[in-house]
Amino acid sequence: MAQVRYVSASRVYGKNAPPAVDALDLEIRDGEFMVLVGPSGSGKTTALRMLAGLEPLDAGRVEIGERDVTFVPPKDRDIAMVFQNYALYPQKTVAQNMGFALKMQGVPKDERDRRVREAARLLDLDDQMLDRKPRQLSGGQRQRVAMGRAIVREPRVFLMDEPLSNLDAKLRVQTRSQIAELQRRLGITTVYVTHDQVEAMTMGHRVAVLARGKLQQCATPRELYDNPVNQFVAGFIGSPAMNLQTVPLTDGGARLAGTVLPLPAAVRTAASQAGLGELVAGIRPEHLHLANGSGELAGEVLLVEDLGADALLHVRLAGDADPVVARTEGRTPPAPGQQVTFHVQPDDIFAFHPVTGARLAG
Amino acid sequence: MTAVPLRALRAREPGSRRLREVSGKVGWTVLAWVVAIAFFLPVLWMVLTAFKPESAAETWPPRFTFSPTLAEFRLVFSGWGPYVTHSVIATIGSTILVLLLGVPAAYALSVHPVGRWRDGLFFFISTKMLPIVAAIGPLYVIALKTHLLDSIWVLIILYTAMNLPLAIWMIRSFMLEVPSELLEAAELDGAGRIREITGVILPVISPGLVSTALICVIFAWNELFLALNLTVTNAATMPMYLISSVPQEGLYIAHLSAAATVASVPVIIVGWIAQRSLVRGLAMGAIK
Ligand SMILES: Nc1ncnc2c1ncn2[C@@H]1O[C@H](COP(=O)(O)OP(=O)(O)OP(=O)(O)O)[C@@H](O)[C@H]1O
Ligand SMILES: [Mg+2]
Repeated sequence: MAQVRYVSASRVYGKNAPPAVDALDLEIRDGEFMVLVGPSGSGKTTALRMLAGLEPLDAGRVEIGERDVTFVPPKDRDIAMVFQNYALYPQKTVAQNMGFALKMQGVPKDERDRRVREAARLLDLDDQMLDRKPRQLSGGQRQRVAMGRAIVREPRVFLMDEPLSNLDAKLRVQTRSQIAELQRRLGITTVYVTHDQVEAMTMGHRVAVLARGKLQQCATPRELYDNPVNQFVAGFIGSPAMNLQTVPLTDGGARLAGTVLPLPAAVRTAASQAGLGELVAGIRPEHLHLANGSGELAGEVLLVEDLGADALLHVRLAGDADPVVARTEGRTPPAPGQQVTFHVQPDDIFAFHPVTGARLAG
Repeated sequence: MTAVPLRALRAREPGSRRLREVSGKVGWTVLAWVVAIAFFLPVLWMVLTAFKPESAAETWPPRFTFSPTLAEFRLVFSGWGPYVTHSVIATIGSTILVLLLGVPAAYALSVHPVGRWRDGLFFFISTKMLPIVAAIGPLYVIALKTHLLDSIWVLIILYTAMNLPLAIWMIRSFMLEVPSELLEAAELDGAGRIREITGVILPVISPGLVSTALICVIFAWNELFLALNLTVTNAATMPMYLISSVPQEGLYIAHLSAAATVASVPVIIVGWIAQRSLVRGLAMGAIK
């Protein structure tokens, strides 16, 4: 077990390419489940591979347990990795796959068998499966063998790169909670890469959001949701995504859909200090409250997505081009074409700088 | 377009199109069979002749009814001893050497490519572009000076050199198919270079290795030019036996056919296995 630290770690692939990972500073605590999340090409895999030693650093360093491992070969870093496609050795049996690293370490056969069996039990892999080849297993079983191969080593850090992306939706949800449970039980520091923000929010103790190789924010899921530091994080975290609209500023608030939305005082001061004429206002779908004609925002329902427990309304606000999404109770949603109004609490409005995307005090 | 001609067209078209399709198919099938038989007839003739008595072998037109005899085969089996031994040693010895040298070479040109690997790769294949006739003089002198003339070693070494470029190219292409994650997993698991090759790469590419080996076997078994020029008796191979079974005078067609048939059997068996394993080797990339 160990803590992990990225210190201004960078990776540049091509001469003229922008850095795939750009001066990453990130500290992962001992025993923590850290999720790296971001859109495709944001550098998550690269960051993980830098920690694994599969990708050299062009600047900065990485530490595992207070030790600088920047130039340490992968096998001496005491880590185990679960690959997206599992990378099981096709000609070895499940048991041989799981025991291979131990064999390389020179662990005697009895001890190896015992540890493989133990890991198999932990993962609900029964004994007869241990003698099978990977191709004789289902996708979910292969995934567990890949996990098992990592667990058997009892490493100081687990690295996982989208280990659930090859599973079907139902199995993914199941396995998601199993992995989180297992990590909690073993207490091994884990770095988990995903592009799925639901996975990130449900599994991680803390979540690091990456975009274009840069760390945007690292915080608990709750904190990310309630207090995104910039427009990117606000838009990326949450499903459906936050409604973001560029709005002109007026006295006392922002003009949206023909009315003036009141903005908190702190936002107004920040905006005027920055000399802004407009800003990006963000409202989460659940903060648009249906108000029977008495709300300040009016619009027309374009589409209703009934999700069972609740429904998503796609609404075109009066005078505005971009439709917004509102989450309402599922029983009696308005019909498409219907005129509706919404009420919004001033405190529920996020404000961002229209150019830099940074959060304006809130 | 009005409805009437359209309907007329529709009614007529399928039939004629099907007819064209069917006749086209039949045409291709017939052509394929004609070509196949044209290639196969000499072989059939050879095999048939091998079972004829010498006197019946050289009739024209060829007779297809005759009383088969194994006499010529008996003659072959009584005389082929040293030749087949030499062939087997040269073929198997050179193929083992090819694999021993080819695997590390292919590894160094694919998985962890050395500097200027492209040049290396091209150099290997370029050695096959020189006509071997041009090199036979120097080869003869070298063999003479190193006292390897008419020794089985000269064939083992030259057959290894002859087959190595192709083998390296083949093995390299199989190694490139090994998923990089697999190699990274091995690296993380603490496998060194040797373990990476023997424990991870070779098991994955084994079908490809088998087909490579079989192709080397066929080429070495069939080689005549080098054997003819560099050996006399101590290392003479099966193809040389075929030549030696042509006497200065007298009838020899049946005897030659029997010898050729015997010499072809291993190639046919190996070729058949190679074809199956080559398909597996090529399909290997699909197992991930
Ligand atoms: N081997 C490589 N050579 C050159 N560029 C690369 C290489 N690997 C990744 N990149 C580039 O680096 C950037 C980050 O890639 P990376 O694979 O880390 O993204 P990711 O966040 O894992 O994306 P995804 O969710 O699609 O897996 C991308 O722009 C990608 O094109
Ligand atoms: Mg990735």
